[in-house]
Amino acid sequence: MVTSTTTVPDAGPSTGSRSFLARLKSGDEIARIITFIFASTVVLITVLLVLQLWHDSSLPRHKFGLNFFATRVWDPIAEEFGALPFIYGTLVTATVSLLIAVPLGLGAAIFLAELAPQKISDTLQFFIDLLAAVPSVIYGLLGVFIVIPLMREYLQPFLKRTLGFLPLFQGPAYGVGFFTAGIVLAIMVIPYIISISREVLLSVPRDQREAALALGSTRWESTWKVVVPFARTGIMGSIFLALARALGETMAVTMVIGNTPTISASLFSPGYSIAAVIANEFTEVYLQSLIELGLVLFLLTFVLNGLARILLVVTTQKGSGMGHV
Amino acid sequence: MKRLAGLLLVVVALSGIVLAQNALLINGAGATFPNPIYSKWFDEFHKANANIQINYQSVGSGAGIKQTTDGTVDFGASDGPMTEEQLKAYSDKHGSGILHFPTVLGAVVPTYNIASVSASLNFTPEALAGIFLGRITKWNDPAIAGANKGVSLPAEDIVVVHRADGSGTSYVFTDYLSKVSSDWKDKVGKGTSVNWPVGLGGKGNEGVTGLIKQTPNSIGYVELIYAAKNNIAYGTVKNASGAFVKADLAGVSEAAAAKDMPDDFRVSITNAPGKKAYPIASFTWLLIPAKFEDAAKRDAMKNFLKWAITDGQKFAEDLDYAKLPKEVVAKEMKAISSVQ
Repeated sequence: MVTSTTTVPDAGPSTGSRSFLARLKSGDEIARIITFIFASTVVLITVLLVLQLWHDSSLPRHKFGLNFFATRVWDPIAEEFGALPFIYGTLVTATVSLLIAVPLGLGAAIFLAELAPQKISDTLQFFIDLLAAVPSVIYGLLGVFIVIPLMREYLQPFLKRTLGFLPLFQGPAYGVGFFTAGIVLAIMVIPYIISISREVLLSVPRDQREAALALGSTRWESTWKVVVPFARTGIMGSIFLALARALGETMAVTMVIGNTPTISASLFSPGYSIAAVIANEFTEVYLQSLIELGLVLFLLTFVLNGLARILLVVTTQKGSGMGHV
Repeated sequence: MKRLAGLLLVVVALSGIVLAQNALLINGAGATFPNPIYSKWFDEFHKANANIQINYQSVGSGAGIKQTTDGTVDFGASDGPMTEEQLKAYSDKHGSGILHFPTVLGAVVPTYNIASVSASLNFTPEALAGIFLGRITKWNDPAIAGANKGVSLPAEDIVVVHRADGSGTSYVFTDYLSKVSSDWKDKVGKGTSVNWPVGLGGKGNEGVTGLIKQTPNSIGYVELIYAAKNNIAYGTVKNASGAFVKADLAGVSEAAAAKDMPDDFRVSITNAPGKKAYPIASFTWLLIPAKFEDAAKRDAMKNFLKWAITDGQKFAEDLDYAKLPKEVVAKEMKAISSVQ
């Protein structure tokens, strides 16, 4: 007993260091350290970003306090700044884009992963990856020259005629505005949803499908009731990514949203988003208020991602509970 | 052979470094509006004085003032004169003042898109202020129609378009509206970015033009240079003497000559008197420290300024800027010699 207890502390470090050296030699430890440093830079950058935004926005934070979130006025001459119309615009455009992009993207991903022949699926995937790589200014131009005229001449008058009783579809049809920005954003984020969801659906084990089919379900039932729920986490991940992109998109949005800080129930109304106002006015002397807007955008992204994650955990628990039943 | 090539490369690189060390590098930043002529000037000046290289970043007037005050650039440029507060911030930080030197002039013109109207429209100050305040909402409003007898204006809603990004163009336009409308002055004010009562925002002159071209029954404002270069139709504006003037370079210079120039050159020439004066015009300024730490930089800058307001002016009209009036040049020459 005594000998063993005395030898153990001796042996412990020596074997540990020997194995550390050995691991170092074999490269494992080096790889671990290097990749750890790389991984930690992500955290470091995030922390530094928040600190910098926090530090640089001290003036407006002290001057406006929480009113910054509730004020609707953005008046550089009177030096009165409020984030509310920009927060509203950011949320509305992101919501519209997801309402369009999620059903379309998910439907396309299901077709590509489950129903389409391999060749067609791969060819289409190539085009989708291409779409995801198009610079946002190109989507902005597409918005300016194609979506805006279409909206003004056809879609907005049509919606006014048919659904005009809803406050969502009232007011003059300028072509630019929340709705147009949402549509352009949807076009931009659909490739992300399709691409990631397709990969996730393809990685669902074959047994799952075979089990469902063996139990007598149709192809669609096996897809919709077994494969899609199995891939739920990954699909949600693709939607998070789309949401993050929609919240932060700058160039394309500023080209089509109308750049007017308004809060209006009508989707036809011109609006403004946080990223767009920062891009437009960053050369101005009230830069600190814009930096605070940047901080708000960061918070917004953070909170929405958090909520989405909570939602995911809750639904996953429900799902597994049902699985047990 | 490979070694020789390598050696040559090193020699070339080294001589490049030596050259770069010999050249005097001066950095400036600011207004985007005069960027085309400033680039031309710095280029021409460098050709004549190979040892002086002036770098200019067109980051916007606001950023130019900020960087000059922070001391990150040697000089700044702005489409609007610095405010008393900004001047104070500069002298508090540097212990000496900053001087304004007008370099060229530009103008802002109202441009519109009404399908049924092909004639050039006349705008009174009241009509422009009313439209941009959102009080005049129909094209056939008497305030517009009264100055356009014989033109049948439609009973359509006016869509107002303004700049979304901070710009000297907006500064000049809002400075003008503040002078002709007390309501505008009280409710909105003048600045590179303001809280617009109505309208859509476009990014840059091209963004505003794009929105106007696409949106029926719209009106906006762009720089004269931009309108001229892109063949955009624009209306006349009634000046302080009661005459409707179509913006051109002569009218802008006339506006500049009409105003008495103060000693610090911080003058607004919007709504200037004079029969031919175009009312929405402005100088653009270089912001030069009154006191340089570096004597070589000071001398180079003074030489450049003297050259720009005399010989350099010949490049102005080709690039659609209005030249400085003679009296202003003479006054500036005196002020340049006071730079220490």
